[in-house]
Amino acid sequence: MTGKTRGGKGSFGNVSRRRFVAGASALGVGAGLTPFLSRRAQASTEVKVLNWQGYGTDEAWALEAFKKATGLDIVHEYYNSESEMITKLQTNPGAYDVIVTNSAWNGRATELGVIQPIDTAQVSNFADLNPSFRDSPLLNVDGKTYGVSWVWGITAVAYSTEVYKDAPTSIEALWDAKNAKRISIRDDAIEAVSFAAIATGQDMNHPSDLAKVKEKLLALKPNIAMLWSSEDDWNKQFQAKAFDLSVYWSGSALRSKTNFKLPVGYVVPEEGAVGWFDGLAIGTDAPNAEGAHKFINYMIEPTYYVEWATKVGAPASANPKAMAALPDSDPSKAFYSDEAAIKRLQFMAPLSDKERQDFSDLWAEVKTEYAK
Amino acid sequence: MTPTTRTRWAILGLTGPAYLWLACTIFLPIAAMLALSFLDKSPLVPKPASFTLDNYGAFFGKPFYWSLTRWSIELGFWVTLFSFLIGYPAAYALAKRVKGRWREAIFLLIVLPFWSNALVRIFSWTMVLRSNGIIDLGMQSIFPGAPTVDLLFTYPAVVIGLVHSYLPYMILTCYIALQAIDDSLIEAGRSLGASKFTTFRRVVLPLSLPGIISGSALIFVPVIGSFMEPRILGGTKGATLGMNIEEQFTVTANWPLGAALSFILLAIVLVIFGILFPFLRKQGGAA
Repeated sequence: MTGKTRGGKGSFGNVSRRRFVAGASALGVGAGLTPFLSRRAQASTEVKVLNWQGYGTDEAWALEAFKKATGLDIVHEYYNSESEMITKLQTNPGAYDVIVTNSAWNGRATELGVIQPIDTAQVSNFADLNPSFRDSPLLNVDGKTYGVSWVWGITAVAYSTEVYKDAPTSIEALWDAKNAKRISIRDDAIEAVSFAAIATGQDMNHPSDLAKVKEKLLALKPNIAMLWSSEDDWNKQFQAKAFDLSVYWSGSALRSKTNFKLPVGYVVPEEGAVGWFDGLAIGTDAPNAEGAHKFINYMIEPTYYVEWATKVGAPASANPKAMAALPDSDPSKAFYSDEAAIKRLQFMAPLSDKERQDFSDLWAEVKTEYAK
Repeated sequence: MTPTTRTRWAILGLTGPAYLWLACTIFLPIAAMLALSFLDKSPLVPKPASFTLDNYGAFFGKPFYWSLTRWSIELGFWVTLFSFLIGYPAAYALAKRVKGRWREAIFLLIVLPFWSNALVRIFSWTMVLRSNGIIDLGMQSIFPGAPTVDLLFTYPAVVIGLVHSYLPYMILTCYIALQAIDDSLIEAGRSLGASKFTTFRRVVLPLSLPGIISGSALIFVPVIGSFMEPRILGGTKGATLGMNIEEQFTVTANWPLGAALSFILLAIVLVIFGILFPFLRKQGGAA
């Protein structure tokens, strides 16, 4: 849904794990006691982080460097879906210090009271962050900051540079009659609805006119060559020239271009595109809030980011100084530095269960029409 | 202990563990899913769920579900039909014509696809079916200037991929049925003056019917619930109810609706077999 490195992880495995977690909460006594005990024992030397596995915070070299600088040990616990993260925060209050929260979920966590306001004065790199993310209402509620923007990415339009000498500028290129059977979008209800909402000039997260969205998606039928499902799928089909134009994830487009040497161009259309970003939050009654602030500060600092991006590969940093510190040879440097393009993005906000179901039904109906 | 009670205990002792195993691994999860299909929210939501029929109502209220269901059943029908048309003659040849080591070798070839991952097989088909793929290049080299063959993302592609995946079930079940037919029955038919075709129609086909039925059931049921093959090979043309059910679990996180749709599909399968089975059994018994 979010379109980053870990985007492909959302499948069956997660759901069963999530269910296990829900079931395990019945044994809440045991789960509740453990953090309580460890809090007493190691209050000031440990910072407990809740994140996706392999997503930046658990790099061994980073933890070593952080320990050297602060004397703090980082301990991890992982989630496999955003709803699992919320469940964990609810069933183990006061167990986590730093939590990675997506822009669409930070507000939900705030509303549930499972994360606490951050004292930005303790985060010295905070002022450097790009205001587009830093001051977003998705992370700030009633003048209080509940999440420090960390990394971000885009879902916009990828095109074949062999077919397009000049980048298409309008989102309408997807609907252009001369692109019959030459475009692809992802088989995903929220992404499809978001894009059609942007194309019809509506709020992407809460489109007021769903009938218009549906009509727009139905109008795409003659142009759709295929619906892609994963980055790997996209690369294979693009290489086989199954389509020339596609709604695609920025991080994946960059990988297709640099790692797989595919002729991929990427553009944020003038009508806008989908943006997402991840924040770093602090749990309510965090056992080591001071350490949490220190770790968050470290996570948004340029030295850490450059090492993460060059050694492992990372989404764009929300800290422009970190982006500027990347070597000029790094393709993501120029790619993510277009301020005007960032301004055109609409960011993913929380959806209600009803919206989720409505989008899903709408997409199912549209796909049924595609199949006819 | 009388012999009958002893037999009864022996049966219980021998079959009991298997039934207990089935009850725990199949019946209980299905029962849990059935209960789930009547809830108004998934168990992941911390709020208490209550009883509702809305999930079943959703199916009847939205016509696109009917289209998806009809297409799923049609797909099951075509795949089963082609598996029979290809698999039955193959099984016949194996059971009645091929002997010795050749038979083993051919068996190995039939079972071989099972050893590779289903996803790998389906992706291999994308390379064969696309324009500039193996079929297309083959056609072009034989008939230069022939129109391009691009079957990928079409309905036939889905049928081809699924027939390839499920064909071994038809061959194996038909083979077992055909092999059990005593050759002397066929000889008797021939010696009584029946033509080869009549012998086949009146003797072989009816006696092998149980194999055809079980093969068809083994293919039809999973195919109408399939979602991976239609998605990869069919592009937008491979819409099935199975795909929608999968999305209810993975994307929408609406487990109750997904469960309800699954049970509707199950009910449809049971109705179809309920209608067909007595008919087929009568056909088989009349021989």
